[in-house]
Amino acid sequence: MTTIVLRGRKVVGGRAEGEALVTRDRISGWGGIDPRTGTVIETRHELKGISFAGKVLVFPGAKGSSGWSSQFHIARLAGKAPLAMLFNEMTTKIALGAVVAHSPSVTDFDRDPLEVIENGDWVKVDGDLGIVEITKKT
Amino acid sequence: MKLAADEQEMLDGKRGKARQKAMDLLLRYGEALGAERFVDTSNVCGTVGASTPFLREYGQAHGGMDAVFSEFNLDSAEVVEIPQVAVRSAHLQQGIDPEHAERQGIPLEVVRLHRKGEAYTAGLGVQMLNTCAPYTVGNVPARGEHCAWMESSAVIYINSVLGARTNAEGRESAGCAMLTGKIPYWGYHLDDNRLGTHHVELDIEVETTADWGLLGYYIGEVVQDRVPVISGVHQAPDLARLKHFGAAAASSGGVEMYHLVGITPEAPTRAAAFGRKQPVLEIRYGKAERRLAYERANVTGKSRDVDFVMLGCPHYTLEQIGDVCRLLEGKRVHENSELWIFTPRQTRQLADAKGYTRIIEAAGAHLMSDTCSALGRVMPKGTRVAAADSAKQSHYLPAIMGVECWFGTTADCVDAAVTGRWSGGLA
Repeated sequence: MTTIVLRGRKVVGGRAEGEALVTRDRISGWGGIDPRTGTVIETRHELKGISFAGKVLVFPGAKGSSGWSSQFHIARLAGKAPLAMLFNEMTTKIALGAVVAHSPSVTDFDRDPLEVIENGDWVKVDGDLGIVEITKKT
Repeated sequence: MKLAADEQEMLDGKRGKARQKAMDLLLRYGEALGAERFVDTSNVCGTVGASTPFLREYGQAHGGMDAVFSEFNLDSAEVVEIPQVAVRSAHLQQGIDPEHAERQGIPLEVVRLHRKGEAYTAGLGVQMLNTCAPYTVGNVPARGEHCAWMESSAVIYINSVLGARTNAEGRESAGCAMLTGKIPYWGYHLDDNRLGTHHVELDIEVETTADWGLLGYYIGEVVQDRVPVISGVHQAPDLARLKHFGAAAASSGGVEMYHLVGITPEAPTRAAAFGRKQPVLEIRYGKAERRLAYERANVTGKSRDVDFVMLGCPHYTLEQIGDVCRLLEGKRVHENSELWIFTPRQTRQLADAKGYTRIIEAAGAHLMSDTCSALGRVMPKGTRVAAADSAKQSHYLPAIMGVECWFGTTADCVDAAVTGRWSGGLA
């Protein structure tokens, strides 16, 4: 079993672990997800029809409407927020969205998480320390 | 983050519980961003209402509008009493148009709750502009003014066209800014981040409002959340064109700032737009790119039988309403189709006075305000195929409402409403 450790910067503290869901497409909040199920709904999105609920979501960053945070906020109240969020591009949408989703979140990594993490890998996130431990799916 | 004395006071609870919660969330948000301090703002545009079903139910279950504000604007499960807003604050678009509730399929009970919510928000001192385009109805920030605005299409407009300074705030940060007059000093508040990153050279003339929408839709997908600088614009676009361009670029990507060389205030020259930065990418926009954007904007259009035409995304100006009136002259909306036009409520009053509303109603169409189809999820019952002259609306409607949506010029759309058939295409 291979274990890889990534180091980054805290966005939201707390610890979580779970299966990775990885996309190279940026995610829209309002009009991009259904917060009641955590499912991506954007027409031409790689994850269309797939839910991030209970997953460690690994993605480049946020795009689209400024309703981003409120959609992830509703997803949290509906119990459908990602367990944790790992991303590369800092924007106001994603910073606020991660904060109100209460999902441990990390950015500014020493290696690109999109290059290292694949769907189904087991990922442990320590938001406070900015440490992400990945166990590769064999 | 470094806190000023008044910020520390708010955080310590010396100015009440709600401002303490607001400052606490702003601090968590600012630290998540990596901001070093806050900046004062006295111009906030946000959303406080509870007109969507999830929020409505939350309010009913948790004790009313203070509970909705506490959770959805302050990220506080504890219900705190919400004081008057501290700075000029305006409300963006809502979930329904109470004047057209029946046509929008909104039950009376919901209208009653909506009006109660509106009275609550107005009571806090919030201006009920109820539009995604506040800059068309009196909230026109000055150049350099630090703002805290939500609504991606408005953010890109006031940054780029007016030279005001805002990031795309969210419901929570805008709510906190209303109570504190503070927002993280980050992103587009700083000179450096406003400089161009990508250069776009136009190989074709961009003329109609729909053309500008296509250009925005193309550029947004290429540059994502960076700052494009566009050269080769020979005819200065009007407000409506800039509005559609920005809305499209903020939908296919996350563009919050752009420059049109020789036209927008921070780009007197190409060199000024880039400052000491070099473009990371040179992009050309010609016939092939326009065709690609058109195909992407029409990706869901299959059946040519159009049930519903939606105009007014972002909310129409009075001049755009006038254009539709001219296109509707001597015609009627087809029996199998509907035409709804959305505008700010102030603009609707002007349209009433000018006789436009009468012309529109006489043709079997409807002029609505306060909301839109994508935001309020309001469409004629049974709609399967829609059409819009907004790349933003054609981007979001299929995802949100599960319908097909055509994109074309305003004339294509009015023609579809009148004939019940989509005949649009690229010239």
